[in-house]
Amino acid sequence: MLQIDNLHAEIDGTKILNGLTLSVNAGEIHAIMGPNGAGKSTLAYVLGGRPGYEVTEGKVFFRGEDLLAMDPHERAAAGLFLGFQYPVEIPGVSNIQFLREALNAQRAARGEEAMTGGDFLKLAKEKARLLKLDMEMLKRNVNVGFSGGEKKRAEMVQMGILDPQFAVLDETDSGLDIDALRVVGDGINAIMRQSDKGVLLITHYQRLLEVVQPTHVSILSKGRIVRTGGAELATDLEREGYDAVMAEA
Amino acid sequence: MTEAILLPTRKDEAWRYSDIDALEGTPPETFEAWEDVRVAEGETWSDLIVIDDADGLQMRRLRIVLEKNARAELAALVAGGRLGRLEVVVTLAEGAHFELGGITLGGGDTTREIVTRMAHEKPGATSNQTVRSVHWGKGTGNFLGRIDVVRDAQKTDAAQSFKGLLLEKGASVNSVPQLEIYADDVQCAHGATVGQLDESARFYMAARGLPPKTIRRLLVQAFIGDATRELADEATREALLEKALDKLEEREG
Repeated sequence: MLQIDNLHAEIDGTKILNGLTLSVNAGEIHAIMGPNGAGKSTLAYVLGGRPGYEVTEGKVFFRGEDLLAMDPHERAAAGLFLGFQYPVEIPGVSNIQFLREALNAQRAARGEEAMTGGDFLKLAKEKARLLKLDMEMLKRNVNVGFSGGEKKRAEMVQMGILDPQFAVLDETDSGLDIDALRVVGDGINAIMRQSDKGVLLITHYQRLLEVVQPTHVSILSKGRIVRTGGAELATDLEREGYDAVMAEA
Repeated sequence: MTEAILLPTRKDEAWRYSDIDALEGTPPETFEAWEDVRVAEGETWSDLIVIDDADGLQMRRLRIVLEKNARAELAALVAGGRLGRLEVVVTLAEGAHFELGGITLGGGDTTREIVTRMAHEKPGATSNQTVRSVHWGKGTGNFLGRIDVVRDAQKTDAAQSFKGLLLEKGASVNSVPQLEIYADDVQCAHGATVGQLDESARFYMAARGLPPKTIRRLLVQAFIGDATRELADEATREALLEKALDKLEEREG
């Protein structure tokens, strides 16, 4: 589904990704772990197409198409969802308006009919319930005045509504307490653990992976994948630390 | 006396950032004419002014007198003319309130401006002015707000808020608060900021599938929405926002 081949990327002339190669197939949940500064968030932003993140070498194919040739909104319409580590506040724009316009823009790009207001509200309610987020929060402005945990849950409500084929989730677990972590993890499982979908789950810690069991775990260090294994690799990391596990690589 | 002497010049504080060349050929007496409004004691008045004709000088000049405990609410869109200009002079008696929600929009070589003067002449009157300016191309937006509080006008509360949004390099906004306060127990808050569309918000919205045009529309709508928020009359509030959004649609083509 997602093939990353020898990806090099830099920000303001500083090289962050140095030949990253990775592929994720449908039905897989691939966790990316790594120390601070390894390039985890850069990978997420490059896949999302954030301005300022310059790809200098390499290719990325998403469902057979050249992902890097698409604008950010085209990537979303193609089925890619980027879950932000720090969801952005947008004063003056309500969640409901934002998400309905986003969903209908994606549908229009795919040649599908717009969803009516009534159907959209029903869908939004269902996903808010799944993530235990008060529907009233969705009537408020996007992320404005939300706590860290509410922002992350709102992020997953967005994912549920937009129903992507593939999700890149950048530290969706940061800022969550134990209970919220379980709610968010269950949400990811409910929305994305399907045979025709894929997930790239970027995280610092093993605890989210106890709820969202990965099919693969890769370690990212200095801008490249240094080791790939099964779910047990995350447990080794938690027990022994990055240095020890990477030394074995 | 020649006519030219009577025309305003940039040396006049209220014309400091104006497009003086756009006044050429305008009869000087234009600048002595006013639309007068008087709001009687305890009464309420509200109006929506839209300046959106295309060419030359498009100017409205209002002189509003508020009697005791009267309330006036003005919603204004200045989005027309090579020079579009709204001048408002308000005289406030005891306990009166004046509310302004103003929006200026414009690109090309246009200048769109709102110039106000609040004369707080009696105690306990309040005024609140919120102006939002969105400009592109080589467009200029100006808000010049003068507040006079006489010695006797204690407990005056006069507030001004201005924000400019520049959609393209080359556009500019100017804001000059001018406070002349002779009473000691007053509140006069004013604030001004200028910025561009938030880069991180734009990427966040794009990552959810919104094309650039829609993103701009939503963010600009949110920005100018500020100017309508304090208007008490819902119909006026909606009409102002709708007119402004129509104007912005024309820009997008």
